[in-house]
Amino acid sequence: MVSFIVRRVLSTLPVMIIVAIVVFAMLRLTPGDPAVVIAGDQATAEQIARIRSNLGLDLPIHVQFVTWIGQLLQGDLGISIFTNMPVSTLIAQRLEPTLMLSLTTICFSVLVAVPLGVWAAWRSGTWTDRVIMVFSVLGFSFPVFVLGYLLIYEFGLTLKWLPTQGYKSPFSDPVGFVRSIIMPTITLSMIYIALVTRITRASVLEVLSEDYIRTARAKGQIERKVLFRHALKNAAVPIATIIGIGIALLIGGAVVTETVFNIPGLGRLVVDAILRRDYPIIQGLILVFSFTYIIINMLIDIAYTFFDPRIRY
Amino acid sequence: MQSRSSTTDTGTLAKWGQFCRSHPFTAVAGVILIVLVLAALLAPYLGTVDPRKINILPRMRPPSPQAWFGSDQLGRDVWTRTLYGARISLMVGLMVALMSISLGLLIGMISGYMRKLDAVIMRVMDGLMSIPGILLAIGLVSVSGASFITVTIAITVPEIPRVVRLVRAIVLSVREEPYVEAAIAVGTKTPLILWRHVLPNCVPPLIVQATYVAASAMLTEALLSFLGAGTPPEIPSWGNMMAEGRIVFPIAPWIVLIPGCTLALAILAVNVLGDGLRDRLDPKIAKRM
Amino acid sequence: MSLSRRDLLAGTAATAATAALPSGPAQAQSKRNVLKVVPHANLQILDPIWTTGYISRNHGYMIYDTLFALDDNLKPQPQMVESLDVSGDRLRYVMKLRDGLSWHDGTAVTADDCVASLQRWGKRDGMGQRLMAVTDKLEADGSKNIVLTLKRPYGVVLDSIGKISSNVPFMMPKRVAETPADKQIEDTTGSGPFMFNKANWKPGNLAIYEKFKNYVPRKEAASSAAGGKIAKVDRVEWYTMDANTAMNALMSGEIDYWEQVTPDLIDVLKKAPNVKIENLDPTGNMGWARFNHLVAPTNNPMVRQAIMKACKQDEFLKTAIGNPDYYKLCKSIYPCGTTYESDAGFVDQNLADAKTLLKQSGYNGEELVILQPTDHPVLNPFCQVLAEQIRAIGINVKLQAMDWSTVLQRRASKEPNDKGGWNMFTTWWIGGDTVNPLTGVGFGATGEKGWFGWASDEEAIKMQDAFANAASPEDAKKAATALQQRLYANGHYVNLGMFFVPVGYRDSVKGMIRSPVQFFWNMEVAG
Repeated sequence: MVSFIVRRVLSTLPVMIIVAIVVFAMLRLTPGDPAVVIAGDQATAEQIARIRSNLGLDLPIHVQFVTWIGQLLQGDLGISIFTNMPVSTLIAQRLEPTLMLSLTTICFSVLVAVPLGVWAAWRSGTWTDRVIMVFSVLGFSFPVFVLGYLLIYEFGLTLKWLPTQGYKSPFSDPVGFVRSIIMPTITLSMIYIALVTRITRASVLEVLSEDYIRTARAKGQIERKVLFRHALKNAAVPIATIIGIGIALLIGGAVVTETVFNIPGLGRLVVDAILRRDYPIIQGLILVFSFTYIIINMLIDIAYTFFDPRIRY
Repeated sequence: MQSRSSTTDTGTLAKWGQFCRSHPFTAVAGVILIVLVLAALLAPYLGTVDPRKINILPRMRPPSPQAWFGSDQLGRDVWTRTLYGARISLMVGLMVALMSISLGLLIGMISGYMRKLDAVIMRVMDGLMSIPGILLAIGLVSVSGASFITVTIAITVPEIPRVVRLVRAIVLSVREEPYVEAAIAVGTKTPLILWRHVLPNCVPPLIVQATYVAASAMLTEALLSFLGAGTPPEIPSWGNMMAEGRIVFPIAPWIVLIPGCTLALAILAVNVLGDGLRDRLDPKIAKRM
Repeated sequence: MSLSRRDLLAGTAATAATAALPSGPAQAQSKRNVLKVVPHANLQILDPIWTTGYISRNHGYMIYDTLFALDDNLKPQPQMVESLDVSGDRLRYVMKLRDGLSWHDGTAVTADDCVASLQRWGKRDGMGQRLMAVTDKLEADGSKNIVLTLKRPYGVVLDSIGKISSNVPFMMPKRVAETPADKQIEDTTGSGPFMFNKANWKPGNLAIYEKFKNYVPRKEAASSAAGGKIAKVDRVEWYTMDANTAMNALMSGEIDYWEQVTPDLIDVLKKAPNVKIENLDPTGNMGWARFNHLVAPTNNPMVRQAIMKACKQDEFLKTAIGNPDYYKLCKSIYPCGTTYESDAGFVDQNLADAKTLLKQSGYNGEELVILQPTDHPVLNPFCQVLAEQIRAIGINVKLQAMDWSTVLQRRASKEPNDKGGWNMFTTWWIGGDTVNPLTGVGFGATGEKGWFGWASDEEAIKMQDAFANAASPEDAKKAATALQQRLYANGHYVNLGMFFVPVGYRDSVKGMIRSPVQFFWNMEVAG
């Protein structure tokens, strides 16, 4: 088992290197020129050329790459072209809202989706099952921002129950935090709920068809007990997997949700950076997102070996 | 597979009819998709005007008998733009599905069959998969400049790894089958084995996968437009309509809601159809999912 | 929404922010001490000398002070300066600083600081460069007197030093002003009515300004950038939001003030309870469609002239702005209603002439590329109307859609169209930038060294010099009018007219200053 863990950890290295190369190549080959954007509306060609050389953008591309990797290894993500602030500082500033939104979304989704999925599996083949499944497909299909705007319109502007935008930290303003996080959480949860519901239903269905459950049922154990004690317990592994895989979905959704609700998180940071061609921020953030994803999935894989020793890779 | 060749045409029809009765949602989804495709194809004959023409109608007029879906903030007809938008969205879905499936199939077969390349290819795929798809797509669009083609490619790239993994898994399992081992033993050339034995096994799950890819591509196109990195705004895609309309959402919600709901309906239909196809074509996966 | 003390600390390093807050229980709520604002753009660059971005300029006005400043009539008035002494031959200017001026760190403002600041500005700003070119010596005399000695008399010394828009000669401490002109400053110490809370600055989200308690305002009433700058709130917070979010937040009272209301949303906000819409900008904005003078077909003066004859200002304004309360036809290159306004040389629409001219020009259907920023609520419709109007005379137009940042990049290309070049783009200048022949960077005609479009015209440069050296207001006016005629005749750009972007605010906000630039002193919020 130790050797598996070591192998699994080592296997993330080449993936991370590939991500770094892809990210660098992608952004440095763009025709967009940040110097021009920085120089602003009235800049002359001379000023632009000067800015470009200040930023090192006139150096050969392989020199830029080597410099960048060197800094990266020292934990230095570079300096934002526009704000002159270290990318790591910018990320640190924006980390909390995204982290909080992800946490509330995962909790809310699991609380809603797992019971729904179990219920659908239990009632498999009936109209209840079909309706739940159609709703879960709808969750995949509905554009996140349309739902966001509908919620803002109804609960923010018409009923005035909740703030229309912004984020409050739970550490300084718990009530404000709850009020401001409700609509973004619902919005972002939709696609996640859909995903987890489907997986839960499928996993529980599979377990329900296994012999020992049939035995338990035949022995006259109460359905609910069978469902939760046996079925759900054994379905836990695939559900955990999907939560790991879903991190990528969550990040994509967070980009949109943060834009709709004006939440100062990492998603907004990366969108702004892309529109302004602020390379160091884009590179830094895509790397951070990807590495987070790689590490979470590595941890989940390793966790399996503890939960379910049958699994081997 | 084998059973299909043995049934007559009427038999197939009857089977599909029975399938529709037992899968009412799938049947409805199929009908919705057919209607959307027809609407997109026949757009010029369905009471529409030039979708790019500005100022034909007063700005932001709500839906009425004269303008069924109202007008947007530049006075363009929303009904017209919704129909023409169907062309773009469906085209994006179709193109991305075709491209990612064919590329994924090619790479997946190479990876599954040529063990030396396998490790390298799969690490690259893992790398691509670990970059959140929407960010990769935005990045690619900003690299190459927004056009219909670049957006389609940008949406395709993040979809490929999933297809590759699926194909590779099938190739690996097929390789172990006795008849394939026999074929290899008698010296059948690799391309022929792939063509004759591996490909047919890939088709059913790939058709299913293609529908999911198409649905997710349509959604991604809309998200990219919303974030300002989608198809050029002169193209009346649903995503662009929503992106332009969102500023005036509180006064003129129809500009966002009509394309938004149409898009949701289209994706829903494709997804439901995918589920139905999976049940029909690939019962093994169906049981697992 | 009531505002709690905690709101202010949301998501920031709480301890740092607390230090800046008044201690003790909340004061009586009759007057709120925080003003929550959505400015017109996202503050990213903190050096208003290094960039010409309007948002950095507004940031500059918050934290820095100026020697002179323009009043309501766009006349320079002393601001940090107590008294001005000009020698009889108009060659020697002695500016004496007011008493009691200090930097945010508590040290006194000295003439040395101001000299360094003027010198740095003189390296970057166009008007500054012209001033430095005629300057013989700029030095401090003691701690209070700034002495400017010229090589020859120069008509617009105070207009330059009191310039209202980018780049504004803001005064900075010497140690900051000694930063090389092509490097951004990092220290945000100023002597203006507010201090920048850099520790809690979150670019793309929030910028906080705190009242500078030791600021000594002038006794006069505020008048545009001139007069007494009194900070009436303890704190001004700038939030970054997109238009839709800002509108919602203003309607629900989450913010107090929105600097630029998108034209389409004016009507909604007008109907909203407790929200007011008002135009505070007397000189408005000037819409431009700029030609590229280097690339075919717009390198041909006759084609440019034909295009100008194809355009009708009215149509642009109607489509882009819509509500006639917020636009004004204007045949002048200087904002209508200001000193140098004139109709001279304006090209009226005449389609028949336009077609004849186009035929004579030898135009044979080459593609004309327009850069269209689709994410911009005003420039996007401008481009669409432009395309329609010049298609009508038979020009083969290609609208290239992109976002505004991409336009800013693409327009820097001098390449031909098939290599990523362009022929026209639309933009705007605030009226304050185009009040005279020298403030307008876009009026420049220095060819490839100049502003995008690279118009090259010796005659125009001579006219600008004539304006700078004008002996009397009459001569200045004559030079300004001559320049206008020259720019129209040479097809410098198409004048798309004047438009106004109103501010939106909660009715609890009072004390706004009418000016081409947004200032936050003098403003207060009722509880």
